[in-house]
Amino acid sequence: MSDPETVATSDGKAFTPGDGPAVALLTAHTRHEINDWIARFPAGRQRSATLSALRFAQEQNDGFLTPQLMDAVAEYLRLPSIQVYEVASFYSMFETHPCGRHHVSVCTNISCWLNGAEDILAHCERKLGIKVGESTPDRRIFLKQEEECLAACTGAPMMMVDHQFHEHLTPERVDRILDDLK
Amino acid sequence: MAANPQEDLVNVEVDGVPVKARKGAMIIHVTDAQQAYVPRFCYHDKLPVAANCRMCLVEVERAPKPLPACATPVAEGMKIFTKSPNAIAAQKATMEFLLINHPLDCPICDQGGECELQDLAMGFGRDISRFSERKRVVKDKNLGPLVSTDMTRCIHCTRCVRFGQDIAGIQELGTTGRGESTEIGTYIERSVDHELSGNIIDLCPVGALNSKPFRYRARSWEMTQVPLLAPHDGVGSNLYGHMLRGRLMRVVPRPNEAINETWISDRDRFSYEGIYSEDRLTVPMLREGTEWREASWEEALEAAAKGLKAAAPSLGVLVSPSATLEELYLAARIGRGLGSGNVDHRLRMLDFRDPAGDPGAPSLGLSLEQIEAVSGLLVVGSNLRSEAPILAHRVRKAVVRAGARVGLLNPGSFEFRFPIAGELVSPPARMVEDLLGVLAAAAGAEGVSVSRPIAELAQKVTVTEAHRALAMALRNGERRTIWLGALATRHPAWADLRAIATELALVVRATLGVLAEGGNAAGAWIAGAVPHRAAAGSRPSVAGLDVRAMLETPQKGYLLFGAIEPSCDMAQPALAAGALGAAQCVVAVTPYVTDEIRRFAHVLLPMGSFAETSGTYVNLAGVWQSQAGVARPVGQSRPGWKIARVLGNLLALEGFDYQSSEQVRDELKAIADVAPALSPAHHHVPGALVSVPGGVLVDVPMYRVDAVLRRATSLQGTAIALRPVASW
Repeated sequence: MSDPETVATSDGKAFTPGDGPAVALLTAHTRHEINDWIARFPAGRQRSATLSALRFAQEQNDGFLTPQLMDAVAEYLRLPSIQVYEVASFYSMFETHPCGRHHVSVCTNISCWLNGAEDILAHCERKLGIKVGESTPDRRIFLKQEEECLAACTGAPMMMVDHQFHEHLTPERVDRILDDLK
Repeated sequence: MAANPQEDLVNVEVDGVPVKARKGAMIIHVTDAQQAYVPRFCYHDKLPVAANCRMCLVEVERAPKPLPACATPVAEGMKIFTKSPNAIAAQKATMEFLLINHPLDCPICDQGGECELQDLAMGFGRDISRFSERKRVVKDKNLGPLVSTDMTRCIHCTRCVRFGQDIAGIQELGTTGRGESTEIGTYIERSVDHELSGNIIDLCPVGALNSKPFRYRARSWEMTQVPLLAPHDGVGSNLYGHMLRGRLMRVVPRPNEAINETWISDRDRFSYEGIYSEDRLTVPMLREGTEWREASWEEALEAAAKGLKAAAPSLGVLVSPSATLEELYLAARIGRGLGSGNVDHRLRMLDFRDPAGDPGAPSLGLSLEQIEAVSGLLVVGSNLRSEAPILAHRVRKAVVRAGARVGLLNPGSFEFRFPIAGELVSPPARMVEDLLGVLAAAAGAEGVSVSRPIAELAQKVTVTEAHRALAMALRNGERRTIWLGALATRHPAWADLRAIATELALVVRATLGVLAEGGNAAGAWIAGAVPHRAAAGSRPSVAGLDVRAMLETPQKGYLLFGAIEPSCDMAQPALAAGALGAAQCVVAVTPYVTDEIRRFAHVLLPMGSFAETSGTYVNLAGVWQSQAGVARPVGQSRPGWKIARVLGNLLALEGFDYQSSEQVRDELKAIADVAPALSPAHHHVPGALVSVPGGVLVDVPMYRVDAVLRRATSLQGTAIALRPVASW
């Protein structure tokens, strides 16, 4: 491996990302994006970049994390692997089992529920032929476990697709959104 | 410390009693000091505060809600109530939440009877559960052969997680998942491998983490707790043995801030399994031709005395460096009493060229607590974590908490869980030169000249950046220390290394410590178990040979005292096998017997192993510690000092009429108390570089350093034990 690049940290110091064998799993793009996050924190605080690093690692792997990828992030940020596992298993936006590449989460919390979220969710299930928590066989869409309030109650019912909010849902709008996912 | 300590104090009230407390102290420190008990699970004196169990809630006047005592700093005028109705109500409520998911399996739980949750449930729990919903079940983890798990019992205090982060320096366990699916574990299945991991068993306040070898062996209330000492390294960790009907069932730490704090290494915790090995010698045995037969103690002792007498003075006495002070002292006296000064315990050493340079006893040069204040440390030839895990832990504290700098000059690269200021991997053949390089670099930086003969050698060495880095690490701050480890003492040029290190210590004004091998190496020197020194460094009545010489010049008889297996415990096993095999009489006083010992021995006398005999150990900080013999000796074995006493009597040696091991110790202590301090001569000149054949230096694995450990089956299954053995 070539000399590892160093990243300038927010306090004017430098951090040298790890370059162990697992790091090779991260694409150049992912590493570039992680560096951008490392640079926002002071030296020695690169653990703060874990969340973002995992987001890019998940993105490069079409929607889910593997233990190998988490190890790669840990090595790159020079953290014990377990600290990365902790973060990945805690946050609902990370999937640690194989699933579809587009994550669709229909909010079923109180405001959306009062505005017909159950029908929207049932529509999704019918249309995709899967139950909530499952992925389509072509790995295109993953219907995430029901999502709690995403703070878009004014636009209820709503759903989040790959971190984008879609509000004022109707079955027709849902069809269009889902059909547009490639 | 501030100039005026008064300024750093605040006035608070604990349950109506006014007290002064240090500013910034947590409430729990103050209440503990006041003996006002506050229940707790996650708080532990030695770990960082997590404040996640909420059991220590107390009422504070004018605070709207109860506050966690472990995470609330005291403030001027604070009125704390630990037993007010509000405080008790908060504690009871927390208890009820904690018990929601806790199984009611105390009758089959090893923690039952010594469980913090059980105890506090008695004090703060309701007698009836209001929770009728489903309880959660958590899958157990396999953390390796030492720690058993029952994760459903876990209350997520995270003491085990914080232990890894903060004490071990490697986080192996973590908190994964969220909410009700939170689990403590490793996430992907793997064992917990750090050499201090067993401590999470004690830290766990419930029955989630327990001792795997001890699982279902006994209930805590059936056992008696007795103090013991760890015999596997020079630290002398304090232990408690838990006894059931004379059998040592398990070992836990005995807190002693000056020595092991509240920790012990896995080695000290699980070595007791080795006591009850199949290899135990249970009856005295005599060899007739090639056949072995059992014998009575009287017959065997007579045969031993006769054989030794016939061989004397061509007699070699080899004593285990992990034997007790009393055993070492009496064994040495038997040798000298028979006119042979060939007494030694330095079984893994090769270089004995500089006897005049030997100090009275090997020592760290510091107390264990002082290690934490060291500012610059140079470690020469030591796989520290493996040689003495508790020392490595103290060094880690010095580095992580106080910014000490550590330089390593080792034949291999060993893993340390703290930042290393400089590391030079130096194969054995280069070690002397490299240490000279460090000396030259340090002398240059200090602007001091090196004393003559060594200066000439140092001039010939090219000083490299690596040498300068090590010198700089050592010269950090004012409290500087050089340690020579077991790999240095085993080195064929040990005398040269020590002479150069002594000079280096003078140049940088550092203390010099030697991490001699064995659980009682310092005791062995005090006991006179070396050829050139009798008790407490006095001049021996007869001159003698060191271990190497007494094997190279075969003796007619040998007395092996303590668990000595030449193939594992000696520097030159082939040489030892030859000399012992050719001797006319070999008496082995040993807890174990193997085919190897049967091949060369003529008389086998079964002795008690470490928990079965009373005795004294002197640690590398010079602390004398004694223990009682607590476990019933296996079979007919007897404490070593008693065997030596009877042998002394049968040989008609004078002064062997001891009634107790304390009497032996006191006799030696009286000699040691008045003995003049030895100042080792500093005139050994490293001559031509000693040639070092490849493979001569072996990094004896930490679970193979003595015969007891080699038979501790659970330890043998750990990742540490399965690592390949390094040699250079």
